Amino acid sequence: MTALLELQDVEARYGPVHVLHGISLAVEEGSVVAVLGPNGAGKTTTLRAVSGTVRRAGRIRFAGRPLDRLGPAAVARLGVAHVPEGRGTFSELTVWENLRLGAYTRRGSIQPELERVFTYFPWLSDRRRQQAGTLSGGEQQMLALARAFVLRPRLLLLDEPSLGLAPVLVAELFRIVRELNEKEGLTVLLVEQNAHLALQAAVAGYVLEAGRVVLSGSSDELRADDSVRRSYLGY
Amino acid sequence: MVTAATSRLEGLRGGAGFPLVSLVLVACAAGLLVGSLRSATFAQLTVQGLALGAVYGILALALVLVYRATRVINFAQGELAMATTYIAYQLIQWGLSYWEAFVATLAIALVLGTVLELTLIRPVLHRSGIAAVIVTVGLFVLIDGIVNWIWGGDFKSMPSPFGTKIYHVGGVSIARLYVGMFVVVVVSALLVWVLFRFTKLGLGMRAAALRPAEAALVGVRVDWMLAVGWGLAALLGAVAGLMAEPSQFFLQPTLMQPILVYAFAAAVLGGLDSPAGALIGGLAIGVSLNLVVQYVPAISSELQEPFAFAVIIAVLLLKPSGLFGHQEVRRV
Amino acid sequence: MRSRIATVASLLIAAAVLSVLPFVISDYNVSLVARVGVFFIAVLGLDILTGYTGQISIGHGAFMAIGGYTTAVLSRDHDTNLIVTMLIAFAICFVVGLLVGLPALRLSGAYLALVTFALAVSVPLLPLKWSSFLGGRDGVQTSHEVSNLWLYGVAWAASAVLFVLAWLILRGRVGRAFRAVRDSEIAAVASGIELPVYKTLAFGISAAYAGVAGSLFVLANNGFAAPDEFGVVLSLQILIGAAVAGLGSLWGVLAGAAFVGLLPSVSSSVPVIGSTHGQDVVFGAAVILVMLLLPDGFAGLLTRIRRLARA
Repeated sequence: MTALLELQDVEARYGPVHVLHGISLAVEEGSVVAVLGPNGAGKTTTLRAVSGTVRRAGRIRFAGRPLDRLGPAAVARLGVAHVPEGRGTFSELTVWENLRLGAYTRRGSIQPELERVFTYFPWLSDRRRQQAGTLSGGEQQMLALARAFVLRPRLLLLDEPSLGLAPVLVAELFRIVRELNEKEGLTVLLVEQNAHLALQAAVAGYVLEAGRVVLSGSSDELRADDSVRRSYLGY
Repeated sequence: MVTAATSRLEGLRGGAGFPLVSLVLVACAAGLLVGSLRSATFAQLTVQGLALGAVYGILALALVLVYRATRVINFAQGELAMATTYIAYQLIQWGLSYWEAFVATLAIALVLGTVLELTLIRPVLHRSGIAAVIVTVGLFVLIDGIVNWIWGGDFKSMPSPFGTKIYHVGGVSIARLYVGMFVVVVVSALLVWVLFRFTKLGLGMRAAALRPAEAALVGVRVDWMLAVGWGLAALLGAVAGLMAEPSQFFLQPTLMQPILVYAFAAAVLGGLDSPAGALIGGLAIGVSLNLVVQYVPAISSELQEPFAFAVIIAVLLLKPSGLFGHQEVRRV
Repeated sequence: MRSRIATVASLLIAAAVLSVLPFVISDYNVSLVARVGVFFIAVLGLDILTGYTGQISIGHGAFMAIGGYTTAVLSRDHDTNLIVTMLIAFAICFVVGLLVGLPALRLSGAYLALVTFALAVSVPLLPLKWSSFLGGRDGVQTSHEVSNLWLYGVAWAASAVLFVLAWLILRGRVGRAFRAVRDSEIAAVASGIELPVYKTLAFGISAAYAGVAGSLFVLANNGFAAPDEFGVVLSLQILIGAAVAGLGSLWGVLAGAAFVGLLPSVSSSVPVIGSTHGQDVVFGAAVILVMLLLPDGFAGLLTRIRRLARA
């Protein structure tokens, strides 16, 4: 079986600054895969290379189709939802409008999708008229996730979901991600500073350093690895 | 529906100054009403001012749409409006009725604005902020030259869309023309509001203008949305041109130049990123200019434009982002 | 060091060409090149403001109007030496520029652009109000006219003096402060630069340059100052000149000045579309084309060529 998402020797740069020096990784359909690494290793850029928000070279295949020439809107239309770091909610728009935008590429009524999303995020239903900017940080992160999920994506790119959130909310967030993965078979590529949480949620992971994959394996293998333990798990 | 309206108002709110601003507006409206009841001349000037102000306001709305979409001040907006009015004139010459030509012209304007953005503005937009503005200045000169070349500089006359009927309301004579201008502008503005507020296209356009990067991530074709924003602005400009023409009684290439100046003033007054502010600003400028020139002897008609701008500069010094605008957050 | 020598050499060549030029071209062409000198000064002034502090002005025609009327009125009423009137215009516009610069402190970007545009619209209308002093629509005529050669000499001498002055201002402490303001206002404040002082100062200097250009502009117009001569179009021309020039390059400013000073006259002989409209069509199209091809102006082109030459 081939992977849903496959990256082969992907390079990316911001102007003259080379960030990715040939990343290769694969994400199986229905799995959660984590990307770990220190700041500046290129984790966020890896996600951006997939969604087309950074200029990249190399081979990126999603469900057998090459992505490496597509822009972000086209990638989204293929069923890849990207929740960027810092949430990327439209704070000037209402909760409902944010969700509507999540399903922007779907035709016809989105009511069934909304109902489905509200089963995971019941509180959103009551606050659909509220301006997103007035939600708390944790609520905005949930909204970002909900918005991504309205699209009914085949692949979710999730960037630093725990950033700046209280531990309770982080736990809640990861519970929902796991639930979406188990019940709906959602495939997730997850970037997370908190390696402990990430490896708990993921079945496999890749460790990036300075724009290269230095280590990969199943979550258990990574957890058992000495260098991962020292650098990322802290014991 | 009520909650939608309130949240709409909340969206308009430009910080703590908003209650004060709305208070001032209500006071002004009350003042106009009292004045109109006491003096027929005052009432007539107010009605005429509202009609002209609506035209300034709709052109200002066009400027605001362009500014929100691309952060560009379109100096060619007025000339574009003038050119589309000439297109309507030509269509009528070829035998269309006024309102057929009206609709056809709006469609042409929509396409024209979109194409201009895609071909001339888009290529320079991401490279330098000032370059796009200079392109619109170049367009100003170019359009002016082209219109003069095709149609000449002499006066043209178009059939009157509203006739010459005059209503008499308790001693006050109100030309049907002014009522018509006002209604057409308000209906156009309402339709644009409905488009932005209740349709998927409008939501995509708002998202693209507010946060282009995030909008692209959810699959909005941002470039296309911004281009349509320009097209929509050109369409509103065409409405402004077509409604300005009967108030001037003839068509000539300089039709929109003073109106563009007032529209700039209206947009600045209302706040460059506030559509409602642009309309209210336009009405305020239309009415106050009409009244001031009549009742304040020191400000004769040649000082209309300096006066308008003196007011705006004063407002900006008190509220640097206009009455309804949002203060831009500065980042290091 | 080598680049310093190259700069001095190119300046000397430019000076030499400009001093020989009037003796080999026709009187009409002398007047055209003198006009380029006038625009050179105005564009240089705007380049200092926009290029070095990031503030935009679409109102420099207003400062030119003030400078031009200063010269015309002083010459009409007191028969003042024309060179002296230019110095007075410089001083008056410097002060007016400071006064405009103060409210401009509170505004940024598009709002500043529109307020300065308001200036461009409003100032030329003021003579209509105070017509006994400023001549109304009939304008003001200087006591005597100057020859094209005189104008050429004075315009380019003034250009040279003002260019050196700009260079002296910009290479030192003030220039560093200006650049810091342009790159990041907040960072500039954090490093102890007194933002209001420098932003206002930049406006004053820039306006003073425009004032001198305005004086010369009136003299180039047979000593006649009238509201219509200083319309919004003049302000837009200077803005276009500065955009074509790009940032911080002498050759860029020369190119920008030549673009707005020469193109309309040269293109008025366009076939098919007739003289006045042809001029507009060609000028408008040229502006758009230049911006599409050279978004950083002529200076950007020079940088690119230099980079290519080095590579």
